[in-house]
Amino acid sequence: MSTATQALTDGWVVAQRNLIKIKRVPEVLVFVLISPIMFVLLFAFVFGGAIDPPGSVNYKEWLIAGIFAQTVVFGATFTGAGLAEDMQKGIIDRFRSLPMSSSAVLVGRTTSDVVYNILSLIIMALTGLLVGWRIREGVVDAILGFALLLLFAYAVSWVMAFVGMLVPSVEVINNASFIVIMPLTFVSNAFVPTETFDGALRTIVEWNPVSTLTQASRELFGNTGGFAPTDAWSMQNPVLYTLIWVGVILLVFAPLAVRQYRLTTSK
Amino acid sequence: MIRASGLTKRYKAVEALRGLDLAVPEGKVLALLGPNGAGKTTAVRCLTTLLKPDAGSATVAGIDVLADPAGARAKIGLSGQYAAVDEHLTGYENLVMVGRLYHLGKSRAQARARELLERFDLSEAADRPSKTYSGGMRRRLDLAGALVAAPPVLILDEPTTGLDVRSRQQMWDVIRELVASGATLLLTTQYLEEADRLADDIVVIDHGQAIAHGTADELKATTGGERIEVVLADVEDRDAAVRTLTEIAVGDVRVSDNGRELSVAVSGRGAGHLLHVLQGFERDSVTVLDAGLRRPTLDDVFLSLTGHATEDAVAGTDDKNKELAK
Ligand SMILES: Nc1ncnc2c1ncn2[C@@H]1O[C@H](COP(=O)(O)OP(=O)(O)OP(=O)(O)O)[C@@H](O)[C@H]1O
Ligand SMILES: [Mg+2]
Repeated sequence: MSTATQALTDGWVVAQRNLIKIKRVPEVLVFVLISPIMFVLLFAFVFGGAIDPPGSVNYKEWLIAGIFAQTVVFGATFTGAGLAEDMQKGIIDRFRSLPMSSSAVLVGRTTSDVVYNILSLIIMALTGLLVGWRIREGVVDAILGFALLLLFAYAVSWVMAFVGMLVPSVEVINNASFIVIMPLTFVSNAFVPTETFDGALRTIVEWNPVSTLTQASRELFGNTGGFAPTDAWSMQNPVLYTLIWVGVILLVFAPLAVRQYRLTTSK
Repeated sequence: MIRASGLTKRYKAVEALRGLDLAVPEGKVLALLGPNGAGKTTAVRCLTTLLKPDAGSATVAGIDVLADPAGARAKIGLSGQYAAVDEHLTGYENLVMVGRLYHLGKSRAQARARELLERFDLSEAADRPSKTYSGGMRRRLDLAGALVAAPPVLILDEPTTGLDVRSRQQMWDVIRELVASGATLLLTTQYLEEADRLADDIVVIDHGQAIAHGTADELKATTGGERIEVVLADVEDRDAAVRTLTEIAVGDVRVSDNGRELSVAVSGRGAGHLLHVLQGFERDSVTVLDAGLRRPTLDDVFLSLTGHATEDAVAGTDDKNKELAK
Protein backbone atom coordinates (compact mmCIF):
# COMPACT_ATOMS: atom_id res chain seq x y z
CA MET A 1 0.00 0.00 0.00
CA SER A 2 1.35 3.44 -0.85
CA THR A 3 1.99 5.92 1.94
CA ALA A 4 -0.86 8.15 0.81
CA THR A 5 -3.50 5.42 0.62
CA GLN A 6 -2.34 4.08 3.94
CA ALA A 7 -2.66 7.53 5.52
CA LEU A 8 -6.20 7.71 4.16
CA THR A 9 -7.35 4.23 5.19
CA ASP A 10 -5.74 4.52 8.65
CA GLY A 11 -7.15 8.04 8.92
CA TRP A 12 -10.62 6.74 8.16
CA VAL A 13 -10.34 4.14 10.93
CA VAL A 14 -9.40 6.91 13.38
CA ALA A 15 -12.21 9.11 12.03
CA GLN A 16 -14.73 6.33 12.71
CA ARG A 17 -13.46 6.15 16.25
CA ASN A 18 -14.02 9.91 16.64
CA LEU A 19 -17.51 9.59 15.23
CA ILE A 20 -18.42 6.83 17.69
CA LYS A 21 -17.66 9.34 20.40
CA ILE A 22 -20.44 11.59 19.06
CA LYS A 23 -22.86 8.75 19.74
CA ARG A 24 -21.44 8.03 23.20
CA VAL A 25 -21.19 11.62 24.38
CA PRO A 26 -24.37 13.14 23.01
CA GLU A 27 -23.69 16.42 24.84
CA VAL A 28 -21.12 17.20 22.16
CA LEU A 29 -23.66 16.56 19.44
CA VAL A 30 -26.16 18.84 21.11
CA PHE A 31 -23.56 21.57 21.14
CA VAL A 32 -22.73 20.96 17.50
CA LEU A 33 -26.38 21.24 16.57
CA ILE A 34 -27.67 23.89 18.93
CA SER A 35 -25.05 26.56 18.47
CA PRO A 36 -25.58 26.95 14.70
CA ILE A 37 -29.33 27.22 15.26
CA MET A 38 -28.68 29.84 17.87
CA PHE A 39 -26.40 31.76 15.52
CA VAL A 40 -28.90 31.81 12.70
CA LEU A 41 -31.77 32.90 14.92
CA LEU A 42 -29.72 35.44 16.83
CA PHE A 43 -28.31 37.18 13.78
CA ALA A 44 -31.51 36.95 11.79
CA PHE A 45 -33.67 38.48 14.48
CA VAL A 46 -31.28 40.72 16.40
CA PHE A 47 -29.43 42.23 13.46
CA GLY A 48 -31.83 41.23 10.72
CA GLY A 49 -33.75 44.49 10.91
CA ALA A 50 -31.00 46.74 12.19
CA ILE A 51 -28.60 46.59 9.28
CA ASP A 52 -29.59 47.64 5.83
CA PRO A 53 -27.24 46.55 3.10
CA PRO A 54 -27.27 48.64 -0.09
CA GLY A 55 -29.54 47.74 -2.95
CA SER A 56 -32.74 45.85 -2.63
CA VAL A 57 -31.18 43.13 -0.58
CA ASN A 58 -33.06 41.22 2.06
CA TYR A 59 -30.52 41.35 4.90
CA LYS A 60 -31.65 38.12 6.53
CA GLU A 61 -31.15 36.24 3.32
CA TRP A 62 -27.89 37.99 2.59
CA LEU A 63 -26.61 37.26 6.09
CA ILE A 64 -27.08 33.48 6.12
CA ALA A 65 -24.03 32.71 3.95
CA GLY A 66 -21.94 34.81 6.37
CA ILE A 67 -23.22 32.78 9.29
CA PHE A 68 -22.45 29.55 7.46
CA ALA A 69 -18.90 30.75 6.84
CA GLN A 70 -18.35 31.93 10.39
CA THR A 71 -19.72 28.72 11.93
CA VAL A 72 -17.70 26.30 9.86
CA VAL A 73 -14.52 28.31 10.35
CA PHE A 74 -15.12 28.34 14.11
CA GLY A 75 -15.73 24.60 13.88
CA ALA A 76 -12.01 24.15 13.33
CA THR A 77 -11.58 24.85 17.03
CA PHE A 78 -13.01 21.38 17.57
CA THR A 79 -10.17 19.90 15.59
CA GLY A 80 -7.54 21.54 17.75
CA ALA A 81 -9.32 20.86 21.01
CA GLY A 82 -10.10 17.25 20.09
CA LEU A 83 -6.50 16.57 19.17
CA ALA A 84 -5.17 18.31 22.25
CA GLU A 85 -7.43 16.07 24.31
CA ASP A 86 -6.31 12.95 22.45
CA MET A 87 -2.67 13.77 23.07
CA GLN A 88 -3.26 13.62 26.80
CA LYS A 89 -5.07 10.29 26.67
CA GLY A 90 -3.50 6.86 26.94
CA ILE A 91 -4.88 5.83 23.55
CA ILE A 92 -2.25 7.93 21.80
CA ASP A 93 0.40 5.48 23.04
CA ARG A 94 -1.51 2.63 21.45
CA PHE A 95 -1.72 4.53 18.17
CA ARG A 96 1.97 5.25 18.32
CA SER A 97 2.93 1.66 19.01
CA LEU A 98 1.09 0.47 15.90
CA PRO A 99 2.67 0.27 12.46
CA MET A 100 0.16 2.80 11.17
CA SER A 101 0.66 6.00 9.22
CA SER A 102 1.94 8.75 11.49
CA SER A 103 -0.47 11.24 9.93
CA ALA A 104 -3.50 9.02 10.54
CA VAL A 105 -4.43 10.62 13.85
CA LEU A 106 -4.52 14.04 12.19
CA VAL A 107 -6.17 12.85 8.98
CA GLY A 108 -8.76 11.06 11.12
CA ARG A 109 -9.56 14.09 13.22
CA THR A 110 -9.81 16.53 10.32
CA THR A 111 -12.00 14.04 8.46
CA SER A 112 -14.40 13.45 11.33
CA ASP A 113 -14.68 17.22 11.69
CA VAL A 114 -15.92 17.42 8.10
CA VAL A 115 -18.78 15.23 9.28
CA TYR A 116 -19.42 17.65 12.17
CA ASN A 117 -19.47 20.51 9.69
CA ILE A 118 -21.83 18.71 7.33
CA LEU A 119 -24.21 18.16 10.25
CA SER A 120 -24.07 21.77 11.33
CA LEU A 121 -24.51 23.04 7.75
CA ILE A 122 -27.62 20.88 7.36
CA ILE A 123 -29.04 22.19 10.61
CA MET A 124 -28.23 25.78 9.72
CA ALA A 125 -29.71 25.44 6.25
CA LEU A 126 -32.94 24.03 7.68
CA THR A 127 -33.15 26.78 10.29
CA GLY A 128 -32.33 29.32 7.59
CA LEU A 129 -35.14 28.03 5.39
CA LEU A 130 -37.52 28.42 8.33
CA VAL A 131 -36.64 32.08 8.83
CA GLY A 132 -36.87 32.96 5.15
CA TRP A 133 -33.54 32.09 3.54
CA ARG A 134 -33.88 30.76 0.00
CA ILE A 135 -31.61 29.10 -2.53
CA ARG A 136 -32.11 31.16 -5.68
CA GLU A 137 -29.57 29.67 -8.08
CA GLY A 138 -29.69 26.06 -9.19
CA VAL A 139 -29.25 23.06 -6.92
CA VAL A 140 -25.85 22.36 -8.47
CA ASP A 141 -24.61 25.83 -7.58
CA ALA A 142 -25.93 25.46 -4.06
CA ILE A 143 -24.11 22.16 -3.66
CA LEU A 144 -20.95 23.81 -4.92
CA GLY A 145 -21.48 26.54 -2.34
CA PHE A 146 -21.72 24.02 0.48
CA ALA A 147 -18.73 22.14 -0.90
CA LEU A 148 -16.63 25.29 -0.91
CA LEU A 149 -17.62 26.01 2.70
CA LEU A 150 -16.61 22.49 3.72
CA LEU A 151 -13.37 22.63 1.81
CA PHE A 152 -12.30 25.90 3.38
CA ALA A 153 -13.29 24.63 6.83
CA TYR A 154 -11.22 21.52 6.18
CA ALA A 155 -8.18 23.64 5.41
CA VAL A 156 -8.64 25.72 8.58
CA SER A 157 -8.95 22.43 10.49
CA TRP A 158 -5.36 21.69 9.58
CA VAL A 159 -4.26 25.08 10.93
CA MET A 160 -5.93 24.25 14.22
CA ALA A 161 -4.51 20.73 14.11
CA PHE A 162 -1.07 22.30 14.00
CA VAL A 163 -1.93 24.63 16.87
CA GLY A 164 -3.34 21.65 18.78
CA MET A 165 -0.01 19.85 18.41
CA LEU A 166 1.92 22.95 19.42
CA VAL A 167 -0.02 23.62 22.64
CA PRO A 168 -1.70 20.40 23.72
CA SER A 169 -4.14 22.03 26.12
CA VAL A 170 -7.83 22.26 25.42
CA GLU A 171 -8.27 25.58 27.26
CA VAL A 172 -5.42 27.27 25.44
CA ILE A 173 -6.74 26.06 22.09
CA ASN A 174 -10.19 27.42 22.78
CA ASN A 175 -8.83 30.82 23.72
CA ALA A 176 -6.29 30.94 20.93
CA SER A 177 -8.85 30.09 18.31
CA PHE A 178 -11.20 32.73 19.68
CA ILE A 179 -8.47 35.35 19.42
CA VAL A 180 -7.62 34.42 15.84
CA ILE A 181 -10.95 33.41 14.36
CA MET A 182 -13.08 36.15 15.92
CA PRO A 183 -11.28 39.01 14.11
CA LEU A 184 -10.99 36.94 10.96
CA THR A 185 -14.74 36.51 10.74
CA PHE A 186 -15.68 39.98 11.98
CA VAL A 187 -13.26 41.92 9.79
CA SER A 188 -14.98 40.43 6.79
CA ASN A 189 -18.15 40.87 4.81
CA ALA A 190 -19.83 38.03 6.69
CA PHE A 191 -22.12 40.34 8.69
CA VAL A 192 -21.75 43.78 7.15
CA PRO A 193 -21.20 44.75 3.52
CA THR A 194 -17.66 45.49 2.32
CA GLU A 195 -18.69 49.08 1.49
CA THR A 196 -19.16 49.94 5.13
CA PHE A 197 -15.42 49.54 5.77
CA ASP A 198 -13.02 52.39 4.89
CA GLY A 199 -9.44 52.67 3.74
CA ALA A 200 -6.97 50.03 4.86
CA LEU A 201 -9.64 48.07 6.69
CA ARG A 202 -11.61 47.76 3.46
CA THR A 203 -8.56 46.29 1.71
CA ILE A 204 -8.14 43.77 4.51
CA VAL A 205 -11.80 42.83 4.26
CA GLU A 206 -11.57 42.44 0.50
CA TRP A 207 -8.57 40.12 0.66
CA ASN A 208 -9.69 38.23 3.76
CA PRO A 209 -10.48 34.68 2.57
CA VAL A 210 -13.48 34.55 4.90
CA SER A 211 -14.93 37.45 2.87
CA THR A 212 -14.34 35.74 -0.42
CA LEU A 213 -15.72 32.48 0.95
CA THR A 214 -18.83 34.36 2.01
CA GLN A 215 -19.01 36.22 -1.28
CA ALA A 216 -18.60 33.01 -3.25
CA SER A 217 -21.33 31.17 -1.37
CA ARG A 218 -23.65 34.17 -1.60
CA GLU A 219 -23.22 34.10 -5.34
CA LEU A 220 -23.68 30.33 -5.54
CA PHE A 221 -26.81 30.45 -3.38
CA GLY A 222 -28.07 33.47 -5.30
CA ASN A 223 -28.27 35.62 -2.19
CA THR A 224 -26.45 38.74 -3.43
CA GLY A 225 -29.71 40.41 -4.29
CA GLY A 226 -28.13 41.62 -7.53
CA PHE A 227 -25.71 43.61 -5.43
CA ALA A 228 -22.27 43.76 -7.14
CA PRO A 229 -19.02 42.95 -5.33
CA THR A 230 -16.31 45.61 -4.97
CA ASP A 231 -13.58 45.93 -7.58
CA ALA A 232 -10.78 44.00 -5.85
CA TRP A 233 -9.64 40.94 -7.85
CA SER A 234 -10.34 38.69 -4.89
CA MET A 235 -13.96 39.83 -4.71
CA GLN A 236 -14.38 39.56 -8.46
CA ASN A 237 -13.09 35.96 -8.45
CA PRO A 238 -14.12 34.75 -5.01
CA VAL A 239 -14.28 31.02 -5.80
CA LEU A 240 -10.86 30.92 -7.38
CA TYR A 241 -9.31 33.14 -4.72
CA THR A 242 -10.79 31.01 -1.92
CA LEU A 243 -9.54 27.82 -3.57
CA ILE A 244 -6.04 29.29 -3.76
CA TRP A 245 -6.18 29.87 -0.02
CA VAL A 246 -7.38 26.34 0.58
CA GLY A 247 -4.45 24.99 -1.44
CA VAL A 248 -1.88 27.19 0.26
CA ILE A 249 -3.15 26.45 3.77
CA LEU A 250 -3.16 22.71 3.15
CA LEU A 251 0.29 22.73 1.58
CA VAL A 252 1.75 24.68 4.48
CA PHE A 253 -0.12 23.44 7.52
CA ALA A 254 -0.70 19.76 6.80
CA PRO A 255 3.05 18.99 6.70
CA LEU A 256 3.66 21.33 9.65
CA ALA A 257 1.00 19.58 11.73
CA VAL A 258 2.33 16.12 10.89
CA ARG A 259 5.87 17.21 11.72
CA GLN A 260 4.71 18.71 15.00
CA TYR A 261 2.80 15.51 15.79
CA ARG A 262 5.99 13.51 15.40
CA LEU A 263 7.94 15.98 17.52
CA THR A 264 5.33 16.15 20.28
CA THR A 265 4.99 12.41 20.49
CA SER A 266 8.68 11.59 20.56
CA LYS A 267 9.65 13.77 23.52
CA MET B 1 15.43 -11.23 20.14
CA ILE B 2 15.56 -8.00 22.14
CA ARG B 3 18.91 -6.34 22.52
CA ALA B 4 19.78 -2.92 23.87
CA SER B 5 23.12 -1.43 24.53
CA GLY B 6 24.15 1.77 26.20
CA LEU B 7 20.64 3.27 26.28
CA THR B 8 20.88 6.78 27.66
CA LYS B 9 18.12 9.32 28.12
CA ARG B 10 18.12 12.52 30.07
CA TYR B 11 15.20 14.77 30.97
CA LYS B 12 16.58 18.16 31.89
CA ALA B 13 17.89 17.52 35.41
CA VAL B 14 17.10 13.81 35.56
CA GLU B 15 19.22 11.14 33.96
CA ALA B 16 16.47 8.59 33.45
CA LEU B 17 18.72 6.03 31.73
CA ARG B 18 22.46 5.81 32.12
CA GLY B 19 23.80 3.31 29.64
CA LEU B 20 21.39 0.44 30.10
CA ASP B 21 22.24 -2.90 28.44
CA LEU B 22 19.71 -5.67 27.97
CA ALA B 23 19.41 -8.90 26.06
CA VAL B 24 16.46 -11.25 25.84
CA PRO B 25 16.98 -14.47 23.87
CA GLU B 26 14.15 -15.80 21.72
CA GLY B 27 11.35 -17.44 23.70
CA LYS B 28 12.69 -16.21 27.05
CA VAL B 29 11.29 -13.84 29.64
CA LEU B 30 13.30 -11.00 31.10
CA ALA B 31 12.02 -9.01 34.04
CA LEU B 32 13.24 -5.49 34.54
CA LEU B 33 12.94 -5.01 38.26
CA GLY B 34 13.20 -1.63 39.89
CA PRO B 35 11.53 0.85 42.23
CA ASN B 36 9.58 3.97 41.22
CA GLY B 37 11.64 6.26 39.03
CA ALA B 38 14.28 3.65 38.25
CA GLY B 39 13.85 4.19 34.52
CA LYS B 40 11.74 1.14 33.63
CA THR B 41 9.14 3.03 31.62
CA THR B 42 11.80 5.10 29.91
CA ALA B 43 13.59 1.91 28.86
CA VAL B 44 10.33 0.42 27.58
CA ARG B 45 9.52 3.56 25.61
CA CYS B 46 12.96 3.56 24.00
CA LEU B 47 12.64 -0.10 23.00
CA THR B 48 9.16 0.39 21.56
CA THR B 49 10.09 3.42 19.42
CA LEU B 50 7.96 5.78 21.49
CA LEU B 51 11.01 7.66 22.65
CA LYS B 52 14.33 8.41 21.02
CA PRO B 53 17.23 7.69 23.33
CA ASP B 54 20.00 10.30 23.52
CA ALA B 55 22.56 7.58 22.98
CA GLY B 56 22.73 3.85 22.60
CA SER B 57 21.06 1.42 20.26
CA ALA B 58 18.44 -1.29 20.33
CA THR B 59 17.22 -4.04 18.06
CA VAL B 60 14.02 -6.02 18.30
CA ALA B 61 13.67 -9.21 16.24
CA GLY B 62 16.78 -8.12 14.38
CA ILE B 63 15.33 -4.73 13.44
CA ASP B 64 17.07 -1.57 14.55
CA VAL B 65 14.39 0.43 16.36
CA LEU B 66 16.05 3.75 15.56
CA ALA B 67 16.65 3.08 11.88
CA ASP B 68 13.34 1.37 11.13
CA PRO B 69 10.79 2.23 13.80
CA ALA B 70 7.81 1.17 11.70
CA GLY B 71 9.39 -2.21 11.02
CA ALA B 72 10.13 -2.72 14.70
CA ARG B 73 6.58 -1.76 15.70
CA ALA B 74 5.20 -4.52 13.52
CA LYS B 75 7.14 -7.03 15.65
CA ILE B 76 6.26 -5.64 19.08
CA GLY B 77 3.12 -5.89 21.15
CA LEU B 78 3.22 -3.20 23.82
CA SER B 79 1.13 -2.92 26.92
CA GLY B 80 2.22 0.29 28.60
CA GLN B 81 2.09 1.23 32.25
CA TYR B 82 -1.23 3.04 31.81
CA ALA B 83 -3.84 1.22 29.78
CA ALA B 84 -3.91 2.61 26.24
CA VAL B 85 -7.58 2.07 25.48
CA ASP B 86 -10.21 4.49 24.23
CA GLU B 87 -12.67 4.91 27.04
CA HIS B 88 -15.59 5.85 24.80
CA LEU B 89 -15.19 2.78 22.64
CA THR B 90 -16.41 -0.64 23.73
CA GLY B 91 -13.89 -3.40 24.29
CA TYR B 92 -14.85 -4.88 20.95
CA GLU B 93 -14.56 -1.57 19.10
CA ASN B 94 -11.17 -0.93 20.66
CA LEU B 95 -9.79 -4.23 19.44
CA VAL B 96 -11.34 -3.99 15.98
CA MET B 97 -9.82 -0.53 15.61
CA VAL B 98 -6.39 -1.83 16.60
CA GLY B 99 -6.75 -4.77 14.20
CA ARG B 100 -7.64 -2.47 11.33
CA LEU B 101 -4.71 -0.21 12.11
CA TYR B 102 -2.53 -3.33 11.88
CA HIS B 103 -4.09 -3.68 8.41
CA LEU B 104 -5.70 -7.03 9.12
CA GLY B 105 -8.75 -6.11 7.09
CA LYS B 106 -12.19 -5.54 8.55
CA SER B 107 -13.49 -9.09 8.83
CA ARG B 108 -10.25 -10.52 10.19
CA ALA B 109 -10.00 -7.67 12.68
CA GLN B 110 -13.53 -8.44 13.87
CA ALA B 111 -12.88 -12.16 14.20
CA ARG B 112 -9.62 -11.52 16.05
CA ALA B 113 -11.35 -9.09 18.43
CA ARG B 114 -13.98 -11.69 19.38
CA GLU B 115 -11.32 -14.32 19.85
CA LEU B 116 -9.23 -12.15 22.15
CA LEU B 117 -12.21 -10.95 24.18
CA GLU B 118 -13.11 -14.58 24.74
CA ARG B 119 -9.60 -15.49 25.74
CA PHE B 120 -9.28 -12.59 28.19
CA ASP B 121 -12.62 -13.29 29.77
CA LEU B 122 -14.12 -10.05 28.49
CA SER B 123 -16.86 -11.42 26.23
CA GLU B 124 -19.61 -10.34 28.56
CA ALA B 125 -18.31 -6.78 28.74
CA ALA B 126 -17.44 -6.67 25.04
CA ASP B 127 -20.16 -4.22 24.11
CA ARG B 128 -19.84 -1.81 27.00
CA PRO B 129 -17.74 1.36 26.73
CA SER B 130 -14.39 0.56 28.29
CA LYS B 131 -14.69 3.40 30.78
CA THR B 132 -17.12 1.18 32.67
CA TYR B 133 -14.40 -1.48 33.06
CA SER B 134 -12.57 -2.23 36.29
CA GLY B 135 -8.82 -1.67 36.47
CA GLY B 136 -8.12 -5.35 35.90
CA MET B 137 -10.47 -5.54 32.91
CA ARG B 138 -8.94 -2.47 31.34
CA ARG B 139 -5.51 -3.93 31.82
CA ARG B 140 -6.56 -7.16 30.13
CA LEU B 141 -8.15 -5.23 27.27
CA ASP B 142 -4.92 -3.32 26.82
CA LEU B 143 -2.91 -6.53 26.75
CA ALA B 144 -5.40 -7.96 24.24
CA GLY B 145 -4.72 -4.87 22.12
CA ALA B 146 -1.03 -5.68 22.22
CA LEU B 147 -1.73 -9.21 20.99
CA VAL B 148 -4.02 -8.41 18.08
CA ALA B 149 -1.39 -9.02 15.42
CA ALA B 150 0.20 -11.92 17.34
CA PRO B 151 3.57 -10.17 17.51
CA PRO B 152 6.64 -12.32 18.29
CA VAL B 153 7.90 -9.88 20.94
CA LEU B 154 5.86 -8.63 23.88
CA ILE B 155 6.82 -5.75 26.10
CA LEU B 156 4.70 -5.21 29.20
CA ASP B 157 5.26 -2.29 31.54
CA GLU B 158 4.14 -3.19 35.07
CA PRO B 159 1.34 -5.49 33.91
CA THR B 160 0.01 -6.21 37.39
CA THR B 161 0.56 -3.01 39.35
CA GLY B 162 -2.70 -1.94 40.93
CA LEU B 163 -4.42 -5.29 40.41
CA ASP B 164 -5.90 -7.31 43.24
CA VAL B 165 -4.61 -10.78 44.06
CA ARG B 166 -7.08 -12.59 41.84
CA SER B 167 -6.58 -10.34 38.82
CA ARG B 168 -2.84 -10.60 39.28
CA GLN B 169 -3.05 -14.37 39.30
CA GLN B 170 -5.13 -14.25 36.11
CA MET B 171 -2.62 -11.96 34.46
CA TRP B 172 0.21 -14.29 35.43
CA ASP B 173 -1.63 -17.22 33.88
CA VAL B 174 -2.16 -15.26 30.68
CA ILE B 175 1.50 -14.29 30.54
CA ARG B 176 2.61 -17.89 31.09
CA GLU B 177 0.37 -19.03 28.25
CA LEU B 178 1.88 -16.43 25.97
CA VAL B 179 5.36 -17.58 26.79
CA ALA B 180 4.36 -21.21 26.33
CA SER B 181 3.13 -20.32 22.86
CA GLY B 182 6.59 -19.06 21.98
CA ALA B 183 6.55 -15.30 22.62
CA THR B 184 9.65 -13.45 23.73
CA LEU B 185 8.78 -11.24 26.64
CA LEU B 186 10.18 -8.26 28.47
CA LEU B 187 8.24 -7.15 31.49
CA THR B 188 8.89 -4.56 34.14
CA THR B 189 7.82 -4.93 37.72
CA GLN B 190 8.39 -3.65 41.20
CA TYR B 191 7.84 -7.05 42.75
CA LEU B 192 10.58 -9.61 43.10
CA GLU B 193 7.94 -12.26 43.53
CA GLU B 194 6.47 -11.47 40.13
CA ALA B 195 9.87 -11.53 38.47
CA ASP B 196 10.54 -14.76 40.30
CA ARG B 197 7.40 -16.45 39.03
CA LEU B 198 7.52 -15.32 35.45
CA ALA B 199 11.06 -14.55 34.40
CA ASP B 200 13.98 -16.65 33.27
CA ASP B 201 16.26 -13.75 33.91
CA ILE B 202 16.09 -10.60 35.99
CA VAL B 203 17.83 -7.27 35.56
CA VAL B 204 17.59 -5.02 38.60
CA ILE B 205 17.77 -1.35 37.73
CA ASP B 206 18.11 1.74 39.83
CA HIS B 207 18.73 5.32 38.74
CA GLY B 208 18.81 4.26 35.10
CA GLN B 209 21.49 1.62 35.47
CA ALA B 210 21.50 -2.15 35.75
CA ILE B 211 22.84 -2.92 39.20
CA ALA B 212 22.41 -6.68 39.15
CA HIS B 213 21.59 -9.39 36.71
CA GLY B 214 20.77 -13.04 37.21
CA THR B 215 18.09 -15.58 37.92
CA ALA B 216 15.73 -15.07 40.82
CA ASP B 217 17.68 -17.58 42.89
CA GLU B 218 20.96 -15.87 42.20
CA LEU B 219 19.57 -12.55 43.26
CA LYS B 220 18.04 -13.96 46.39
CA ALA B 221 21.33 -15.58 47.21
CA THR B 222 22.90 -12.13 47.33
CA THR B 223 20.53 -11.30 50.14
CA GLY B 224 21.08 -14.59 51.91
CA GLY B 225 17.90 -16.17 50.58
CA GLU B 226 14.98 -16.76 52.89
CA ARG B 227 15.00 -15.60 56.48
CA ILE B 228 13.47 -17.04 59.62
CA GLU B 229 12.07 -14.41 61.92
CA VAL B 230 10.87 -14.98 65.46
CA VAL B 231 9.40 -12.72 68.09
CA LEU B 232 10.00 -13.87 71.66
CA ALA B 233 7.41 -13.50 74.39
CA ASP B 234 10.10 -12.97 76.99
CA VAL B 235 13.47 -11.30 76.54
CA GLU B 236 14.93 -13.73 79.13
CA ASP B 237 14.78 -16.49 76.48
CA ARG B 238 17.06 -14.60 74.14
CA ASP B 239 20.25 -16.55 74.67
CA ALA B 240 18.55 -19.92 74.35
CA ALA B 241 16.86 -18.76 71.17
CA VAL B 242 20.08 -17.44 69.66
CA ARG B 243 21.74 -20.79 70.38
CA THR B 244 19.06 -22.69 68.46
CA LEU B 245 19.02 -20.21 65.58
CA THR B 246 22.80 -20.32 65.21
CA GLU B 247 22.58 -24.02 64.41
CA ILE B 248 20.88 -23.30 61.10
CA ALA B 249 21.95 -19.72 60.38
CA VAL B 250 23.86 -18.55 57.33
CA GLY B 251 25.83 -15.65 58.79
CA ASP B 252 24.97 -13.86 62.02
CA VAL B 253 21.78 -13.87 64.01
CA ARG B 254 20.28 -10.38 63.88
CA VAL B 255 18.79 -9.21 67.15
CA SER B 256 16.58 -6.15 67.44
CA ASP B 257 17.25 -3.40 69.98
CA ASN B 258 14.57 -4.64 72.34
CA GLY B 259 16.15 -8.11 72.22
CA ARG B 260 12.91 -9.90 71.37
CA GLU B 261 12.92 -9.91 67.57
CA LEU B 262 15.47 -12.22 66.04
CA SER B 263 16.15 -13.14 62.46
CA VAL B 264 18.55 -15.31 60.51
CA ALA B 265 19.22 -16.04 56.89
CA VAL B 266 18.84 -19.68 55.93
CA SER B 267 19.73 -21.62 52.83
CA GLY B 268 17.94 -24.47 51.11
CA ARG B 269 14.63 -25.68 52.44
CA GLY B 270 13.42 -22.96 54.77
CA ALA B 271 10.45 -24.93 56.07
CA GLY B 272 12.66 -27.70 57.40
CA HIS B 273 14.83 -25.17 59.21
CA LEU B 274 11.78 -23.53 60.70
CA LEU B 275 10.58 -26.87 62.02
CA HIS B 276 14.00 -27.49 63.52
CA VAL B 277 13.96 -24.09 65.23
CA LEU B 278 10.49 -24.58 66.65
CA GLN B 279 11.39 -28.03 68.00
CA GLY B 280 14.46 -26.51 69.65
CA PHE B 281 12.29 -23.80 71.25
CA GLU B 282 9.85 -26.44 72.48
CA ARG B 283 12.71 -28.39 74.06
CA ASP B 284 14.08 -25.28 75.79
CA SER B 285 10.58 -23.99 76.67
CA VAL B 286 11.14 -20.77 74.72
CA THR B 287 7.76 -19.09 74.13
CA VAL B 288 7.30 -17.23 70.84
CA LEU B 289 4.63 -14.71 69.85
CA ASP B 290 5.38 -15.11 66.20
CA ALA B 291 7.64 -17.24 64.09
CA GLY B 292 7.83 -17.41 60.34
CA LEU B 293 9.66 -17.81 57.12
CA ARG B 294 10.06 -14.69 55.07
CA ARG B 295 10.98 -14.61 51.41
CA PRO B 296 13.31 -11.81 50.41
CA THR B 297 11.46 -8.85 48.98
CA LEU B 298 12.62 -6.32 46.48
CA ASP B 299 13.58 -4.22 49.47
CA ASP B 300 15.91 -6.90 50.77
CA VAL B 301 17.50 -7.33 47.37
CA PHE B 302 17.84 -3.61 47.09
CA LEU B 303 19.22 -3.15 50.51
CA SER B 304 21.92 -5.68 49.90
CA LEU B 305 22.73 -4.44 46.39
CA THR B 306 22.77 -0.73 46.97
CA GLY B 307 22.95 -0.29 50.68
CA HIS B 308 19.80 1.85 50.47
CA ALA B 309 16.17 0.90 50.62
CA THR B 310 13.80 1.57 47.74
CA GLU B 311 12.37 5.05 47.82
CA ASP B 312 8.91 3.61 48.16
CA ALA B 313 9.85 1.77 51.30
CA VAL B 314 11.27 4.97 52.73
CA ALA B 315 8.36 7.18 51.82
CA GLY B 316 5.84 4.46 52.57
CA THR B 317 3.53 5.67 49.86
CA ASP B 318 1.91 3.96 46.97
CA ASP B 319 1.19 6.58 44.33
CA LYS B 320 0.89 3.91 41.72
CA ASN B 321 -2.42 2.62 43.00
CA LYS B 322 -3.78 6.09 43.23
CA GLU B 323 -2.80 6.83 39.65
CA LEU B 324 -4.36 3.65 38.41
CA ALA B 325 -7.53 4.28 40.31
CA LYS B 326 -8.09 7.51 38.39
N1 LIG C 1 8.65 13.27 30.47
C1 LIG C 1 9.50 13.38 31.50
N2 LIG C 1 10.00 14.59 31.85
C2 LIG C 1 10.88 14.70 32.88
N3 LIG C 1 11.30 13.68 33.63
C3 LIG C 1 10.84 12.46 33.34
C4 LIG C 1 9.91 12.24 32.27
N4 LIG C 1 9.63 10.92 32.22
C5 LIG C 1 10.34 10.34 33.21
N5 LIG C 1 11.07 11.25 33.88
C6 LIG C 1 11.97 10.97 35.00
O1 LIG C 1 12.83 9.93 34.63
C7 LIG C 1 13.03 9.04 35.71
C8 LIG C 1 12.67 7.63 35.29
O2 LIG C 1 11.28 7.57 35.05
P1 LIG C 1 10.52 6.26 34.60
O3 LIG C 1 9.12 6.65 34.33
O4 LIG C 1 11.28 5.60 33.51
O5 LIG C 1 10.59 5.36 35.91
P2 LIG C 1 9.88 3.99 36.23
O6 LIG C 1 10.94 3.05 36.63
O7 LIG C 1 8.99 3.60 35.13
O8 LIG C 1 9.04 4.35 37.52
P3 LIG C 1 7.59 3.87 37.98
O9 LIG C 1 7.77 2.60 38.71
O10 LIG C 1 7.14 4.96 38.88
O11 LIG C 1 6.74 3.76 36.77
C9 LIG C 1 12.19 9.55 36.86
O12 LIG C 1 13.03 10.26 37.74
C10 LIG C 1 11.21 10.49 36.21
O13 LIG C 1 10.89 11.55 37.06
MG1 LIG D 1 7.02 3.30 34.91
